[in-house]
Amino acid sequence: MNPVRALGAGVLALLQSIGAVTVFALETLYAAVRPPFFGGQLLQQLFRLGFLSLPVVGLTALFTGAALALNIYTGGSRFNAESFVPNIVSLGIVRELGPVIAALMVSGRVSSGIAAEIGAMRATEQIDALHTLATDPMRYLIVPRVIAGVIVLPLLVIVANLIGILGGFAVSVQTLDFDPSVYIKNTIDILERWDVLSGLIKAAVFGFLLTLMGCYHGYNAEGGAQGVGQAATNAVVSAAVLIFAANFLLTSLFV
Amino acid sequence: MKIAWKDVTVRFGPQIVLDHFSLEAHEGRSLVIIGGSGAGKSVTIKTALGLIKPGSGKVEIDGRAVKHNREDDPGVAQVGMLFQSGALFDSLPVWKNVAFRLLHAEHMNADEARERAMEALDQVDLDRDTADKRPNSLSGGMLKRAALARAIVGRPKILFFDEPTTGLDPVTADVINKLIRRQVKHFNATAVSITHDMASMRTIADDVAMIKEGAVLWRGPLSNVESCENPEVCRFVRGESDDA
Repeated sequence: MNPVRALGAGVLALLQSIGAVTVFALETLYAAVRPPFFGGQLLQQLFRLGFLSLPVVGLTALFTGAALALNIYTGGSRFNAESFVPNIVSLGIVRELGPVIAALMVSGRVSSGIAAEIGAMRATEQIDALHTLATDPMRYLIVPRVIAGVIVLPLLVIVANLIGILGGFAVSVQTLDFDPSVYIKNTIDILERWDVLSGLIKAAVFGFLLTLMGCYHGYNAEGGAQGVGQAATNAVVSAAVLIFAANFLLTSLFV
Repeated sequence: MKIAWKDVTVRFGPQIVLDHFSLEAHEGRSLVIIGGSGAGKSVTIKTALGLIKPGSGKVEIDGRAVKHNREDDPGVAQVGMLFQSGALFDSLPVWKNVAFRLLHAEHMNADEARERAMEALDQVDLDRDTADKRPNSLSGGMLKRAALARAIVGRPKILFFDEPTTGLDPVTADVINKLIRRQVKHFNATAVSITHDMASMRTIADDVAMIKEGAVLWRGPLSNVESCENPEVCRFVRGESDDA
């Protein structure tokens, strides 16, 4: 194929995808504010997306906080600024790493799971069956998952922030000889309300994006088992890309 | 209730699946649609269910046009559908699958819905102890019965069956065919089935239509199918290929 034509075709395909996802997002938001509401489905998704993601988010945050403390200490020692470790660790985790790392870990687990589940339902005509049973698949399947994502990500990020800061604290006190009470005081003093709030707003946006991508790719899966597998992969990749893009936009807005 | 496909055309990209397709399913009668693979049989049913929107033409039920993906359309409440694979929801026990419409669309309370589900299971000769099992623990025949129970629990006026006996052994297939015939007569429903199984056709049909390349090749009562008014229909029903 002519390279210019190939490039054009790629750009058109990308624009078509962006349009389709935007329409899907708007349909989801519209369905979310109109009854009937499936509260039982929402509770189930809150448990599956939230509670069951705690271990992976907690572990990731612990190691991230520990590694961050070591790196900040190493860099800070070049400028006799080692004492700023607790300040930078807490700011970095609360404003940036907590939301982003938690969202990425949850997207790997949740986006792919949602895409596979809904894609399998599509392949086995269960979504068609919902229509014939007078039930809107958007309201029954999609809306509860997306709302659950928006609710649980901020809660998971709160946990990630605490565990991440704890990871930094543990390394700093045990390995870098920081005074525990000084470390804790510096951690708390540097944080402002907006630091925490901006991180939680990011988390809610990331939660929307990662669940939306899982739902979109699953709902539009085609081609049997291979299509379902492809949908799961596409969900994780697109969720990750959107999380990074949204993070940049939101960080620009919040500084 | 009468179903009428009026000059319906459906395309998937450049491929024409239904080509100015017109057919009627008369009230209280069981129409079986036969035809080769890719002839357009499943698409025919899906246009009547509102799952596929025709590019042109329309499908009417009792004179009212079928709307695309409108779950709140009153007509949807009159319909029961048995999908080829059953399409039961894996995450729900059998009784909640059967009572799904009652619970979520009709907002019936759980006790009453469960009792209605049990009655439907009785009607399809499924043991009540399957009610709390998951679909993935059922045999093929039990799965089809459970799916049939879900189709009839709402006391429908219209029933659709998509390849109801595919994948079943001959004995189980005969059981399903007789259950379908019994339920259609019990509800005096208008039924539309698609099948490759000629034994199934002979059991459940009042009328037969053969589709070829997206259009009706022949239609008539079951009694006329084997009289070979159309040689192609005759060969299809007898399972005879064109090869000499």
